[in-house]
Amino acid sequence: MSRLYLARNPRVAARSLDGEMMIMSGRDSTLFTLNKTATILWQSADGTTPLHEIVEHRIVTEFEVEPAEALQDAETVARDLAKHDILQISEEPIVQSTTPSGSSAGDAR
Amino acid sequence: MKGLLEEMTEKALARNIPLSVQLDLTYRCNERCVHCYLDHNDHGEMTTAEIKHLLEEMAEAGVFILTLSGGEIFLRKDFFELLEYARRKLQFCVKLKTNAILVREREAARVRDLGVESIQISIYSHRPEVHDAITLVPGSLKRSVDAIRFLKAQGLRVVIANVLMKQNMADYPGVRALAEELGVECTLDPTITPMMDGDRGVLSLGIGQDELRQVFRDTALVGDVEEYCTVSTSPDESALENLPCSAGHTTCYVSPYGDVFPCVQFPLPTGNVRKQRFIDIWRNSDEMNDVRSIRLKDLTTCTSCSHVGSCSRCPGLAFMEGNRRGPSSQDCERSYARTGVPSANMLAKAELKSRLAQSMPGHALQGQSTSHAAANLVQIRALPTMARATA
Repeated sequence: MSRLYLARNPRVAARSLDGEMMIMSGRDSTLFTLNKTATILWQSADGTTPLHEIVEHRIVTEFEVEPAEALQDAETVARDLAKHDILQISEEPIVQSTTPSGSSAGDAR
Repeated sequence: MKGLLEEMTEKALARNIPLSVQLDLTYRCNERCVHCYLDHNDHGEMTTAEIKHLLEEMAEAGVFILTLSGGEIFLRKDFFELLEYARRKLQFCVKLKTNAILVREREAARVRDLGVESIQISIYSHRPEVHDAITLVPGSLKRSVDAIRFLKAQGLRVVIANVLMKQNMADYPGVRALAEELGVECTLDPTITPMMDGDRGVLSLGIGQDELRQVFRDTALVGDVEEYCTVSTSPDESALENLPCSAGHTTCYVSPYGDVFPCVQFPLPTGNVRKQRFIDIWRNSDEMNDVRSIRLKDLTTCTSCSHVGSCSRCPGLAFMEGNRRGPSSQDCERSYARTGVPSANMLAKAELKSRLAQSMPGHALQGQSTSHAAANLVQIRALPTMARATA
């Protein structure tokens, strides 16, 4: 079984609108809404939790489906999201670099 | 077929969620545009910590599209810190409005790294002598155009905003050609906003009927002129239940001092985020709820106007004229220029003018002591072609 790791693409914008996740692509400003499975993947995509754990802890319990089938479906969804630059996927844990802040002052203006 | 954004907007409207907010980070500016409505002195801008807290509240309230504007946003020393917070931590879809004269390669790269959706830059003319005479900053056109190139080189979406005034009316084709050469979008807007203190003198910079007519008959701008300039048929009863615009419904505006308004062009105070939570102002402000209650059928004068179904009436401009349920003369002027048919507001004013003239022969309007009469006089003077239209 392949181990896949998911991370959110830091260039997209995202907001949950009454439970429905809106995502705007950083590549071309295309707007997407995610279904429940994709939303769970998005919310769990921390770069360090492998996909099979996300499926086991968040999807199988939520949808009462067979683990093997759920994993296959989740991988398809994850690869689709990666195709649209919404998620990054890798067989290694993903560490995202952070841009240094312009200022650390708490009361600057 | 509805677009996804339209669907999400409808959903936000139904659930009373402020989907889109403009936040002015500062009113300070490094240009002094002749038509600007702002007081550029700093009267106590929100601090970095206050703005971060506000951004958190806005994200929690469901705000998705965040427009950062000013004043000039790059004058804030903490601008990139705030932008990073809005993008990386809170995942807003961020749009910027700027003159960009402080944007060089380094800033452009940073804006790109932070995944900004678009950058709107004000360009008044393709000629420095015209643009710089409006911004009152020598060399500003070159700086802004250089910035557009830097931002485009980063693959960013740039939109030129061209405000039309008497001073630059002749140059809009040149600005559009410049936009095409730079590979960026271009918007044209003849709206001049009264000063924040209510002074309407700045409106004299706006273009007149002849120029508006010319703009509305430019096929490069409007496509099919005949179709664009046709008076629309009267809307049915159900259309009168429609909302006048999104201000206060799915959008609002926050000033650098934390004041919340329905829109940047609708200076009706509804609360201050230094004293109340953003979501409490959005949901519970009496003023915000009053704005929210207004439907097309509630508009005085406009309901009987032949343009009611197609008018671009701005509720904020109407508010600044004295009645949030009343007409907006600038939009009446536009509808008239577009179709040749005067609005109900224009006809009413013409009638009032005629009655006043008849009641005071030889005295014009002198001696009218009420502020109401004075306000009407100002509006009548702002409609120089009305007599011709109603003759």
